[in-house]
Amino acid sequence: MNEIAAHILIGVGLGFDLFGCIGLVRLPDVYNRVQAATKCVTLGTCMILVGTLVRAWGAGIEGGSAMGIKALLCAVFILLTSPVAAHAIARGAYKSGVRLWEGSVIDRYGEEKHPSRPPDERTEPARTREPLGASREGR
Amino acid sequence: MTTFLLIGALVLLLSAFLCLYRIGQGPTAPDRTVAIDILGTLVVGFCCIMALWTGHDFYMNVAIAWALLSFIGTIALAKYLEGRYYDE
Repeated sequence: MNEIAAHILIGVGLGFDLFGCIGLVRLPDVYNRVQAATKCVTLGTCMILVGTLVRAWGAGIEGGSAMGIKALLCAVFILLTSPVAAHAIARGAYKSGVRLWEGSVIDRYGEEKHPSRPPDERTEPARTREPLGASREGR
Repeated sequence: MTTFLLIGALVLLLSAFLCLYRIGQGPTAPDRTVAIDILGTLVVGFCCIMALWTGHDFYMNVAIAWALLSFIGTIALAKYLEGRYYDE
């Protein structure tokens, strides 16, 4: 019974991992790729970890209780950190000037931050710094 | 059980190759950063498969350490991206 439950959990988790990575390859934009890949792979890996927990506690593998507790700890940690990492990447991408895909319909972050600019120029490249070597030529 | 775990390891390997394609091909630096983050999470799942396959629990130590270091590396890369041009 435990083994069947662990098989189902690990199998569904592997499917989520594979579809997340297919989304990472197929989707057109950085923001779409962040969306697809992070959500699918976080859930898939957490399901693999929970399946490891079920299998290790149910089947009496030697050292199984330590394995299960470490798997649970790792699942909680991935659930906490993966959305933070994805949010930081998307913010960094927007601030470094990566444009949205042409088919995107709405850009709430850009509307809120630069309401006066036209929609094509809302992503903000870091143009405040001088190019490298420019200040040295002036001396 | 062993056949199932072998199939699981092959599926994770295929996913990792898709991530490597995006790391090599990605047009901008944030694409590559996303793919590196996802690859780190996939390695955690692979460590679970290896722990179940061999029955040794030190693979879970590797998984915990890998998750921590992957998170810190991704945050550092994202902060590095914020003040740059996208192709720099």
